[in-house]
Amino acid sequence: MKQFLEGSWAVAEAVKLCKPGVISAYPITPQTHIVEHLAKFVADGRINAESINVESEHSAASVVLGSQAAGVRSFTATSSQGLFLMAEVVFNIAGMRLPIMMVCANRAISAPINIWNDQQDSISLRDAGWIQLYAENNQEAIDLIIAGYKIGEMPKVMLPIMVCVDGFILTHGMETVDMPDAVAVDKFLPAYNPPFKLDVDNPMSFGLLGDPSVYTENRYSLHKTLEELLEIIPQVGSEYKSAFGRDSVRLVEKYRVHDAETVIVALGSVCGTIKDVIDDEREKGNKVGLLKIVTYRPFPKAAIYNALKNVPNISILDKNISLGSEGAVYTEVKALFNDSTKKISGFVAGLGGRDISKGTVIEMLRLTKEEVNNCKFMDLDTSLLWEEFRVS
Amino acid sequence: MFSVLVSSAKSSKQNKTGSWRSLTMPKYLQTNCIACNLCKLICPEGCIEGKEKNKYDSNLQYCKGCGLCAYICPKKDIEMVNENK
Repeated sequence: MKQFLEGSWAVAEAVKLCKPGVISAYPITPQTHIVEHLAKFVADGRINAESINVESEHSAASVVLGSQAAGVRSFTATSSQGLFLMAEVVFNIAGMRLPIMMVCANRAISAPINIWNDQQDSISLRDAGWIQLYAENNQEAIDLIIAGYKIGEMPKVMLPIMVCVDGFILTHGMETVDMPDAVAVDKFLPAYNPPFKLDVDNPMSFGLLGDPSVYTENRYSLHKTLEELLEIIPQVGSEYKSAFGRDSVRLVEKYRVHDAETVIVALGSVCGTIKDVIDDEREKGNKVGLLKIVTYRPFPKAAIYNALKNVPNISILDKNISLGSEGAVYTEVKALFNDSTKKISGFVAGLGGRDISKGTVIEMLRLTKEEVNNCKFMDLDTSLLWEEFRVS
Repeated sequence: MFSVLVSSAKSSKQNKTGSWRSLTMPKYLQTNCIACNLCKLICPEGCIEGKEKNKYDSNLQYCKGCGLCAYICPKKDIEMVNENK
């Protein structure tokens, strides 16, 4: 049914459709509305779940780790500093193969403290062993949550899923979304039935010491499962499409990439702006396109390579920066073409909530055709930069 | 793909953690023991066996040589000795 909803509300409704038994999260902007809505659903009896209040994100992650280990579908959400406080548990959740769903409302990290959007938080935890999916809009967020639970809970997968939605831009934006029917979701997503769980009748231990004789094999098995997901995610995506009619669950989206001479690579909500620019440029006869990465972990190397192998100019937009190196997505995409004569440029933009306008994207396209830019900061205000310390 | 992930209950005895011991090990003299049981209670490994006076001893397959039993013994009937002697 089509509804006009705030992004956080839409996310909460999608989580409700997945029927988690335990929800635990600590409020942090811009994620707060998601758990507020869910807590209200629990209080109103609209969802048969336990909402557990905690004193920190570390505890929230630990609560869902425990409940999921006990065989209960669980949900948490956070942003920025909250995700970093969870970090220790985030790695444990993946290592213990617990398919928890987390929505990360992407926000910049401190210092300076900033509540607005970029993707530094989730990108910084890309190595945790979680599946990371990035939503362009609220409809995709809904679809990725429902399909994400199914993907993570498959007995051959058993891995946690982080659905990343741009803070404020999506979480606080009102959009029309097509909310799936509850009966159809029940049919698509069966009850959680893990191959192993904490059970007093069949006691077992989780998260034990892994000494040098077994640790490597644990990491290898996580890595292999993530690689296998590059085949599993499109399969579940086509199941999702036949159940709900939308092709949102995928590795990458190719937007007017065919015959393009310059292609932008980006993640998340900024892809909407980029698509508008591409439509405008195509009308002028400029052959430009967009490659949207939906699945960032596992990193879809083959899909990206095949989409871009005939494209001479590639422009990568990072809403993150690996300080002292370059944008994280730039590093990884560039590595796929290390022998080629392509012009591959990396741009850092939209940090801490600075708008990425159509003008920014047009300038990126111009610069990409001109020369190779490594880690070029867009819309930089040099009047705010001084060689020596100054108190502002 | 999966690897060693969960263990069934009561399987930790398979890890003979006594191999982690370095330098010193407890020597139960078994002469002045009053069977107060303190060594057994304080042992973090739970690897001390015995019930009667002068019958207590540490299972060296699991003892990590921490020395707490020797420290707590009121009769000084446990000595920490060089592992290599």
